[in-house]
Amino acid sequence: MIGRRWWAPWLWLAPAITLLSVFLIYPVVDTLRRSLLNADSTRFVGFDNYKFIIDNPVPLLSNTHSAILNNVLWLVLFTSFAVGVGLGIALLASRVRYEAVAKSAIFIPMAVSFVAASVIWRFMYVFDPHIGTINAFITHFGGHSTAWIQNTNAPQTWLTSLGPTTLPDPIQINNLALIIVGVWVWTGFAVVVLSAGLRAISSEMLQAARVDGANEWQIFRRIIIPVLSPTIAVVATTLVIQALKLFDLVWVMTGGKFKTDVIATLFFREAFLIQDFGVGSALAIVLLLAVVPVMVVSIRRFQFQEETR
Amino acid sequence: MASVTFDHVTKRFDETPAITDLDLEIADREFLVLVGPSGCGKSTALRMLAGLETVTRGKIYIGDRLVNDVPAKDRDLAMVFQSYALYPHMSVYDNMAFGLKLRKVKKEEIRRRVTEAARTLDIEELLKRKPRQLSGGQRQRVAVGRAIVREPRAFLFDEPLSNLDAKLRVQTRAELSKLHERIGTTFIYVTHDQTEAMTMADRIAVLRDGIIQQVGRPQELYEHPDNIFVAGFIGSPAMNFFDATVRGEPESLQLDTGPFHLPIPREKAAGLLPYRGKKVVLGVRPESIHDSDFPRSGVIPVQVQAAVDVLELMGNEVFLHLLSDGVSFLARVDSRTKAKPGRKIQVLFDLGEMHAFDADTQQAIPLDKPF
Ligand SMILES: Nc1ncnc2c1ncn2[C@@H]1O[C@H](COP(=O)(O)OP(=O)(O)OP(=O)(O)O)[C@@H](O)[C@H]1O
Ligand SMILES: [Mg+2]
Repeated sequence: MIGRRWWAPWLWLAPAITLLSVFLIYPVVDTLRRSLLNADSTRFVGFDNYKFIIDNPVPLLSNTHSAILNNVLWLVLFTSFAVGVGLGIALLASRVRYEAVAKSAIFIPMAVSFVAASVIWRFMYVFDPHIGTINAFITHFGGHSTAWIQNTNAPQTWLTSLGPTTLPDPIQINNLALIIVGVWVWTGFAVVVLSAGLRAISSEMLQAARVDGANEWQIFRRIIIPVLSPTIAVVATTLVIQALKLFDLVWVMTGGKFKTDVIATLFFREAFLIQDFGVGSALAIVLLLAVVPVMVVSIRRFQFQEETR
Repeated sequence: MASVTFDHVTKRFDETPAITDLDLEIADREFLVLVGPSGCGKSTALRMLAGLETVTRGKIYIGDRLVNDVPAKDRDLAMVFQSYALYPHMSVYDNMAFGLKLRKVKKEEIRRRVTEAARTLDIEELLKRKPRQLSGGQRQRVAVGRAIVREPRAFLFDEPLSNLDAKLRVQTRAELSKLHERIGTTFIYVTHDQTEAMTMADRIAVLRDGIIQQVGRPQELYEHPDNIFVAGFIGSPAMNFFDATVRGEPESLQLDTGPFHLPIPREKAAGLLPYRGKKVVLGVRPESIHDSDFPRSGVIPVQVQAAVDVLELMGNEVFLHLLSDGVSFLARVDSRTKAKPGRKIQVLFDLGEMHAFDADTQQAIPLDKPF
């Protein structure tokens, strides 16, 4: 019996292990190695590249602090907006007649590539109100045209009389403008998954809560949210990973200029444009370290759900 | 604790009527069972009362209060759903406490009421579990528990026993009756099972296609059904119906069913006099047809010959599916019967217990009416 031999399982696993080694393990190990070497990987420099990321010595060329902060900003705002808006739309869609049509309309951006979406939105944000849809709106209602994706301190146009003249570094209007595009693309995903989750909630249960004396808000807070929380967690985890590894949207819309860099764009620029593989690899490792805990958490939860089924 | 009144209530979904002109008064502390076949609108009636469905026309009162425009959460009713609709993310304790928490009842009071209800329903050791860790019967108890801790003005049950196995159903039926006696609140109970209706109800309302057919005490409905539908629906196995023509002289009326002629007992004849020469529907319950070898006393027997088609042994009795010239009917006879499938048998119709219905209107012809 072939199944009894000790090497039999390994035989079956071999193709998968080979593929994983070539395309996953080798690159990771090599990146780790290069992150400890100099720009052209010829000399060992210890943790100098990581020190570069922490010290941020050339903020005008490659601002590592801003990139990391932007990633955090994306992680928080992009995830919470997409989940929040997605949940709102899913709830509303479940109450309208044309649910399928409404949801398809919202899902369409998912089918558009990030690159195409970015190009579309670059036009939307154009300064010239004859081209840029958003500025056309604003000027139509008597406002001033704003260079949404360049202007790093655009809020001042409204805030000067109300608040501080300069906002903390990462809170720039152009970052928000980019996040909105991300939300536009990913909300459809959140809506579809959350709708499926909502559907699994029996209407009799909601009616039972109503007869028990719950108003709409209490039903939402105490029944829908808790029952939906595993689904929300799945959506949020997916979005967090998207936010962490974000690259194409920023690259197409700003190329990382105007302090919109995120870790992935900065790593690309360092490694392939500036050709400092040391710093580039170090940034890649930082990104990897950020993604790993999220992966671990979501795999754990997956196993937990499998067990409790 | 309150009475409930449906005042000429009509419900339409788009244009299809689900309930038509429902006029029903349910007294305080009454156990009313709304019974009818699937799709007749029972749930719809209950859901309108609960505030889960709007009323198209008419008025619904709980006590003296018109509730047409009162949202479900403010009607102070408790409902047990067919699917139980427990909250999956809450423990049994929290499921039962939920309605009380929403009403801002004090913690100690909640604890007292939940423990007491749990003791009544014998689910004390389940309080910490989640619904998915319970069996169907246990879930059903929790659903009932969630209703009783609320101490509502009335309890609504929508087929709460239909997911239980036969034995548990019988047991729970008895427990619900006891519960009603103990807490003395209005119970409105929906089912398609006439046995549940007969065993638990103070009064039964029979519903068909959204229209009330008859309301009355179980015994009343059994003995004096108003029409063919109620006669066929109440009682198990169902009543036998025979198309018949009333013939003969006024002093000796006969029912001609084709295969057999049945002399109408004198005390039943008065009601049928106006139907001489006309078609009627004769109704005879299976329990009023006896094996002639084991006659009962106190019956008005009429002998009929029939062939045994199928024989169902129930242990304490036997159901005989009989055929007489193409007319089939069912008899519920003594278990000592010598009937064999394919053989002929003499049975006795007890016409003292006969029912007759107008063939056109399907309404009962009053036979016992004293002249
Ligand atoms: N939301 C709805 N929209 C349209 N028609 C409905 C709706 N709810 C019920 N109906 C219709 O109303 C009628 C009565 O339904 P209802 O649920 O009250 O029946 P029921 O007596 O409870 O039946 P069952 O014993 O199968 O539960 C049915 O014909 C059903 O198709
Ligand atoms: Mg129903």
